[in-house]
Amino acid sequence: MARMDFEVVVLAGGTSRKLNPLVSQEVPKALLPVANRPVLSYVLELLEASNLKDLIVVVEGEDAALRIGGWISGAYVDRLHVEVAAVPEGVGTAGALRAVASYLTANDVLIVSGDLVTDVPPGAVAATHRRHSAVVTALLCPAPVSGPSDTGTSGGKEKAKKPVRCNIVGLDPTRQYLLHMATGAEVEKDIRVQKSILRAVGQIEIRVDLMDAHMYAFKRSVLQDILDQKDKFHSIRQDILPYLIRTQLNSEVSDNGVIKSESGMDNISSQNDLRWLSQHREIAPSAFQEPHAFGLKSLPDARRTHKCCVYIANESKYCARLNSIQAYSDINRDVVGEASHLSGYSFSAQNNIIHPSAELGSKTTVGPQCMLAEGSKLGDKCSVKRSVIGRHCRIGSNVKIVNSIVMNHVTIEDGCSIQGSVVCSNVQLQERVVLKDCQVGAGYVVTTGSEHKSESLARK
Amino acid sequence: MAQKRGQRGASSSADDPEVVARVPLQAVLLADSFNLMFRPITLERPKVLLPLVNVPMIEYTLAWLESVGVEEVFVFCCAHSQQVKQYLNQSEWTKPAARLSVTTIESHDAISAGDALRVIYEKSVIRGDFVLISGDTVSNMSLAQALHEHKERRKKDPLAIMTMIIKHSKPSNVTHQTRLGTDEVIMAFDPETKELLFYEDKADPSQRVISLDKILLADSPALYMHNDKQDCYIDICSPEVLSLFMDNFDYQHLRRHFIKGLLIDDIMGYKIFTYEIHSSYAARIDNFRSYGTVSKDIMQSWTYPLVPNVKYFGCCSNMKLDRQGMFKALDVVQSRSAQIGAVTLVGSGSTIGDHSVISHSVIGQECTIGRNVSIHGCYIWNNVIIEDDCKLNHAIVCDGVHLRTGVVLEPGVILSFKVEVGQQIIPAYSKVSLLPQPSIQDSDEELEYADTNSGVIESPSITSMISTRNAELSSDYSATENSGLSEVGILGVGYIWCSYEGGNDEEWRHSVAPIPASKLAELSHDDYEDPDVSYQEVNSTPVSGEMRPDSEITGDDDADGTDYGDSADFDKEVEATFQRALTGVNQENVILEINSLRLSCNKSHADCAGALFLSVIKLGLEAPHSSNGELYQNTAKEINRWKDILKHYLKSVDEEIEIILKFEEICLEIATEFSPLFSTILSSLYEKDILSEDAILSWASEKEGADESDKIFVKQSERFITWLKEASEEDDEDD
Repeated sequence: MARMDFEVVVLAGGTSRKLNPLVSQEVPKALLPVANRPVLSYVLELLEASNLKDLIVVVEGEDAALRIGGWISGAYVDRLHVEVAAVPEGVGTAGALRAVASYLTANDVLIVSGDLVTDVPPGAVAATHRRHSAVVTALLCPAPVSGPSDTGTSGGKEKAKKPVRCNIVGLDPTRQYLLHMATGAEVEKDIRVQKSILRAVGQIEIRVDLMDAHMYAFKRSVLQDILDQKDKFHSIRQDILPYLIRTQLNSEVSDNGVIKSESGMDNISSQNDLRWLSQHREIAPSAFQEPHAFGLKSLPDARRTHKCCVYIANESKYCARLNSIQAYSDINRDVVGEASHLSGYSFSAQNNIIHPSAELGSKTTVGPQCMLAEGSKLGDKCSVKRSVIGRHCRIGSNVKIVNSIVMNHVTIEDGCSIQGSVVCSNVQLQERVVLKDCQVGAGYVVTTGSEHKSESLARK
Repeated sequence: MAQKRGQRGASSSADDPEVVARVPLQAVLLADSFNLMFRPITLERPKVLLPLVNVPMIEYTLAWLESVGVEEVFVFCCAHSQQVKQYLNQSEWTKPAARLSVTTIESHDAISAGDALRVIYEKSVIRGDFVLISGDTVSNMSLAQALHEHKERRKKDPLAIMTMIIKHSKPSNVTHQTRLGTDEVIMAFDPETKELLFYEDKADPSQRVISLDKILLADSPALYMHNDKQDCYIDICSPEVLSLFMDNFDYQHLRRHFIKGLLIDDIMGYKIFTYEIHSSYAARIDNFRSYGTVSKDIMQSWTYPLVPNVKYFGCCSNMKLDRQGMFKALDVVQSRSAQIGAVTLVGSGSTIGDHSVISHSVIGQECTIGRNVSIHGCYIWNNVIIEDDCKLNHAIVCDGVHLRTGVVLEPGVILSFKVEVGQQIIPAYSKVSLLPQPSIQDSDEELEYADTNSGVIESPSITSMISTRNAELSSDYSATENSGLSEVGILGVGYIWCSYEGGNDEEWRHSVAPIPASKLAELSHDDYEDPDVSYQEVNSTPVSGEMRPDSEITGDDDADGTDYGDSADFDKEVEATFQRALTGVNQENVILEINSLRLSCNKSHADCAGALFLSVIKLGLEAPHSSNGELYQNTAKEINRWKDILKHYLKSVDEEIEIILKFEEICLEIATEFSPLFSTILSSLYEKDILSEDAILSWASEKEGADESDKIFVKQSERFITWLKEASEEDDEDD
């Protein structure tokens, strides 16, 4: 396979505050286990599968960088060539890029968020980017259907399952060009579309059912220019991408240079594509209308344009970002359930994964879409449904675990009931603890008989 | 009743076509455009009767209505209603053989389409779904599918009361108008149901961003925004539309009020849907540009079968189509040396003289064209006499016009009925009429409509026109009575109308003439500038926290409409406030006012002090003086008078220094008279305790490192400063 001239930057983040108490100094976001593998491994293996093996992983915070670097060098020693760069916390995604921008040399840069769990091949995004010789190409996925954890055994009724609104996206009729993008708080506001862009294309499709997956291909020279010139830009999503979309008809970035060397054809198409889209399809073009009267030919070609493209992932592809506790539960559930091919494990006949070294007591049942990692022990009469249990957990008898994630080295004593919760490593749940929709931070001890509902428990 | 029966029948007995067919399809034809686009021509004849490729416009509309199976047409006439009625009574449509019945409804108080529909409602003649169309529409579309969809939707959802016909048409990127000369329309609809969600035809050009209500996307995951659709002004309406107009008596305009009202106010949840036609033709003649465009389309047979050589309209039977879209009536008398070019129609009974060249034009019936005449892109109606050597370029020439030898019509000229033009060049975009331009031009559109319909215009009906023609032919009327009539050359008859509203600047938009290249270049240049503006505007809306500092620099203040950003403006404001103080306002109130000004402009105390000081000094300057000594006296007096206010702002040394700096600036730039007095005034400021010695000394020490040019005043005050220094040293020693 021919090597693509792409460099990859993985933005692994730091210790996201949104994910408290799941993350900590010891477990930065990138190392949060999803089906017992650090979430970052999903991105790294995805890239590896696309033959993108030279990576720069940018981590916020020195400590986190050390930990992540340590893990990568252990796990991928012969497979990937990874540089881990540490940046101060709070510099934002643009700041993180700025820190590594000077090391980039390839024509194009692929930027992937480290919390992405997907099976969309990055190669497809890269190829789209190349084909259009775009300035930026963003991966859009169908917005995830918010999974209010289907409580109990009744199963998730299809009640009010509406896609979460992540972005408002404007596309051209061919769905190749990105003409509008609203993120964050803007999503809740009125939609403000630039008239000049609407005029250029004639038709904009506004979609709210697509999500920006935070995988972008950028033209390297353009990205570096923007990072240099716009030193106020803080985030890719909120600053750089909107800036490029906004100015695509009146480009301020030096788009040529790099492209020209590739081939003349490319350059021509890049100049004219949006125009091409806007060409008249008039039913009755009066032949003796003066040619310049309504034609576009008279437009001064002084205006420079650049292209912002999209790659829209197929409905069947899985795509999710681990950016909230809800998302963490959803992704864990999906990876051992609907999107089981992502986990890389082979499932048993019962559609679950039970490590051979795990021990189960008598009358203990582990349902489908469950995972039980090595060295964990379950006592008698336990019931595990749609949950992930980590390594070397000691679980007593009469324990019910439903829709939950239990990380490593957790001790759960007899008679506990855990529902819709996340239990971090080294937690001790004493007898008859009842947790519903809770998060328990690492090393926390939940005392005997206590009941918690929708709480976040962590060590002070 | 009938409609109810139809509905019940349709729902109960599946799709029995017979039951559905029992409701006759009705149409409301508005024979009045309720605007002034075709003035001055419409002063004398209603728009629907104006010839379009030698056939009155209303013929096209009626022919189409007949072809799509409409059985009853209600023609609403208002202005020139007698003419319309008379025309219809004589036409084939009212003969018993006609396949559709035409009924006229007349009203003279209607000033808008809304009023017209209210009148029709009151007549209660509409029994079911009807087609709403204006009498200037040319179409060859088939309505069956649209009608079917409309009816199906109505069955499922009684709130779907209207189906709008739209068509693809990309407005020019430069002029932002379609080839029909109408403004671009921005629409949004649901991709699945084609429900219309947003409609904006008079978009504010200064607004670079279109704002769509978020509610539009509350239920559906996607919508389409278009500016490449043209509104054909053919609507399939349910009877509710009429009652809606009744209920909302302020609805006037079909689009601006009714559609927007329904979409924005969401009245009763009524919905409007769209139906897009692809291969068939539909266009409304809204202005002179669309008149030209549609004429050409007709000659090029885009509107087939509504074309000149098909015996659709009883009248034009003897047309012969030549190559290149050249139509010629059989009885045209054409000189051998005359050339008739492509896409041209010459009506019957016309004669064309030697060496005349005609191309891309329509010539009416019984026209006489002399020798060496060149006609390009013109619409010449009936009985026009064009003498030798005339040059006509993209003009509309109405019935009975007489162009004498050597007249030149520049692009976009409109000559209304029976105008006579002597040897002269008529400048571009002129409109010439025998009737004087109504003098009172009220900016309120509705009043203009009223003007159109008032009795004055009613007078020249077809019969009376003949008599007036006779009157005019007697030359004394034209030559002596009205000085204005000589506007159109020797032996000319007619007034040149000055362009109303928007001025001549916008005339090119709606003219038959092609848009001048210079205009296009200018516009595309503007367009090129646009994105910067839009960038800033978008920028100033807080896209993200990080963008905000940027936008403040680019001038958020401007966005508030109050431009205090500049310190010069601030100075002026303070001065104005101060001037008010002179007229007797309490000093304390002045301080209050200045304080509020300071807050609103985000200025410091130092700025206020500087501005105030400037005002005081100016007062001194304004008082009459002949020598520097007098000037000093005046200024010192003013300073003394206002020192309380000044002191109010001199809270610390910094502000005092600001005053000294300001004073320097005044001496150098604003009032150089003061420069020789600098040190004297400075010392008097010191004496009056307005400035402290600390301030003066630190000012002097600040200036030490400055350029020589900056030190003029320090040097001038050197003696005073050394004196101050010594004094302070003495003070120290005293301590």
